[in-house]
Amino acid sequence: MSEEPRSPAIVVWAIIVLAIAAVVGLRMGFGDGMGRAYAERVEMRATVTSAASPGSERFVEWVEWRSVPPVEFTRAVRDNPAQERVQLSIAHTAGLWIAALLTLAIFSFLYRDNPAYRLAEAIVIGVSAAYWGVIGVWDSLVPKLCGALAHGWTAAHILPNLPSPTVQSQIGMSIALALGVLLLLRLVPAVGGVSVWAMAFIVGITAGAKIVSHVESDLLAQAVATMQPLVQPADGGLWTGATLWASLPNVLVVIGVLCCLTYFFFSVEHKGVIGGASRIGILYLMITFGAAFGFTVMGRVALLSQRVEFLLDDWLWLIDPLERRLLDGVSMIVGTGGVW
Amino acid sequence: MEGAAEVSGVLGILERLDRRWVFLAMALAVAGPILVMGLTRKTLPETPTDASRAVFRAVQSLPQGSTVLLAFDFDPGSAGELEPMGVNMARHCALRGHKMVFISLWPLGGQMIDQTIEKVIRADFPQLQDGVDFVNLGFQAGNEQVMRVVLTDFKRAFPTTKSGRATADLPILQGVQRIGDFALLASVSAGYPGSKEWVQYVVSASGGKLPMVSGCTGVQTPQLYPYFPGQISGLLGAIKGAAEYESLINAWVMDPANAAEWSGRGAASGAPMVLPPKYLEAQRRMGPQLGAHLLMVVLILLGNLVYFAQRRAQRRVAA
Repeated sequence: MSEEPRSPAIVVWAIIVLAIAAVVGLRMGFGDGMGRAYAERVEMRATVTSAASPGSERFVEWVEWRSVPPVEFTRAVRDNPAQERVQLSIAHTAGLWIAALLTLAIFSFLYRDNPAYRLAEAIVIGVSAAYWGVIGVWDSLVPKLCGALAHGWTAAHILPNLPSPTVQSQIGMSIALALGVLLLLRLVPAVGGVSVWAMAFIVGITAGAKIVSHVESDLLAQAVATMQPLVQPADGGLWTGATLWASLPNVLVVIGVLCCLTYFFFSVEHKGVIGGASRIGILYLMITFGAAFGFTVMGRVALLSQRVEFLLDDWLWLIDPLERRLLDGVSMIVGTGGVW
Repeated sequence: MEGAAEVSGVLGILERLDRRWVFLAMALAVAGPILVMGLTRKTLPETPTDASRAVFRAVQSLPQGSTVLLAFDFDPGSAGELEPMGVNMARHCALRGHKMVFISLWPLGGQMIDQTIEKVIRADFPQLQDGVDFVNLGFQAGNEQVMRVVLTDFKRAFPTTKSGRATADLPILQGVQRIGDFALLASVSAGYPGSKEWVQYVVSASGGKLPMVSGCTGVQTPQLYPYFPGQISGLLGAIKGAAEYESLINAWVMDPANAAEWSGRGAASGAPMVLPPKYLEAQRRMGPQLGAHLLMVVLILLGNLVYFAQRRAQRRVAA
C-alpha cells in the first residue's frame, strides 16, 4: 500500500476520520453514552477432593465478577438503588475500549501502514506467542508429561483429579521426553546432529498415520462416491424429465472426474478428444476456484460484519439487536434522558 | 501494463481509482445493513439447502436422550461465522432432549464452549445439569492423536472435564467407552484440526457407523463438500449455512404443532414462544452479506469493463 492519495482525496479521508471522531464524541456526550461494561458479583463455594489423598476434603470460597448486559444494571438499580451486586466494571470497560481501539488500529492499515497498526500487530503477535507458551505448559507438559512421570507430585500440587498413569503411558512419555531432549540438542552445535533422529521419528509417524487415513477417506471412499449409476430412474418412467433431472448430478460428477483427471494427464499431447476433455476439465476447475473464492468472500465478510457489529453495538451503543439495553432505535441514537 | 494506452471517460476514472475507495465502499456496504437491521430488528428470509436440511434431520431423527458429541474446533478469530452454528447445534440438541458432550482440539475452544453453554443452556434450559445432561471436557492437545485415542478409549483422551472433574464416574459418560458409542458427532470447524480430520481419522475408521454433521468456515466448505452426503450426513457452509439451519430450527420451534416434540420454555409453560434475538444472529448477519456480495458483483463487472476497454485502447494505439 505505497500509493499516496492525491490532495483532494486526503481532504475527503480527513472528513471521514473527523466524522467518525464526531460520532464517538457525540455518543460520549449525549444520549445514553457508550462503551460501558457491567459485571455481577457472584460468590462461589466448592468442595475440593484430591485423588492423591482420598478422603480429604476442603471448602474453597471465592468471588467471581461475571459480565452482564447493561439492562441487568438498570433493573438492579430500579429494584434497589443501593444495590452493589451489579456494578460498572472498570476492568471489563477498559477491555472493551482496548478491543475497540485495537480493531480501529488494525482497520487503519487499509488506509496505509502506520504506527497504530504496527502497535496492534505487535500486541497480537506477543499475546499469541505468550498464550501458546502457557497452553503448551499447562495442557501438554504438566498433565501429560509431569502427570505420567511425576504423578504423585503433580496430583498433590497442581491437578488433584489427575488419573493415575498406566505403565504404557509412562513408557510412552519417557520416549517422548527423550525425543524432546534430542530435539533441543540442536541448540548445542557439537551434538546437534542427533536432533535429526527425533525429526525422523516425527516425519515417519506422521507420514504413516496420514497415508492410511488419506487412502481410506480421500481415495477409496471418494472413488466409491464417484461410482454412481448414470441413470437414476424417477417416478413416472425412465424417459421423463424427472429421471433426467435426477440423473444429471451423477452424470456431471462422472464427466467432471474423468475430464479433470485428463487435464492432469501429461503423458499424451492434449489434442483432439483428449484436448477437448482437458478443456472441459479446466472449466470444472475454474468453477471450483470460483466457488472457493465465493465462499472465502462470504467468510471474510462474516468476520468483518462481526467486528462492525461489535463497534456499533458493544462500543458505540448505536444499535441493540440483542436487546441488551432494551432501547428502541430512536432512544439508542438520542438517548432516554439519563436513565443510566 | 504495456504501452501508454489510457482509457478515457468514466471507465478511465475507474481504472485509476484509488483502492481505498473500494475499501470504503465495502465498509459502507457492510455497516449499512447492520445499522438498518440493528435498528429495525428485521432479518432476511432463508431458503434452506439440502445440506442444511440434512443437518437438521440428523439431529431431529435421533431418539430423545441420545448422547451427542459436539467438537468445537474454533476460536474467536472465526467466531463471526461459527459461533451461531455452535449455538444452534447446542440449542437444537437441548430442545430435542439430547445429552451433550462438548470437546475441543483448539486451545480457545474450551472458552467458546463455555460461552455457548452460558448463552443457550444456562439461560434457556436451567433444568439441565452439568455432568448429567451436558459437560464441557474442554481442550485436549494432540490433534489427530486425540482422534486416534478416542476411537478406542474416550475417557483416556479426556481424563478430566474443563473444570477438573474426573470423567471416569461422570453420569453423562456412563456407557461411553469409545467415540462410536455416541449417537452423532457434530463438528464445528475453523481449520486444522477440524471436520476434515474427523472424517479422515474417525468417521473412516469407524466404517461409516458414526454419523457426522459438520459446520465449517467458508474457506473450508469447498474442501468438505466432496464428503457430503457419503461420509458426512449434513453440512453447514459458512454463515449462510448457519442462517439456514437457524431458520429451520426457528420455523420448527414456532410451529405450535411441534410443541410436544421439544422441551423448551414455551412447551413447559404453555405460553406462546417468542424468539429471543440471540437466535436470529446468523440470519441477521446475512444482511451485510447481501450488501457486500452486491458490491462484489458490481466491482467484478466494472473490473471486466475496464479490462476490455483497456484492450481496445491498446489495440487502437498499436494500430
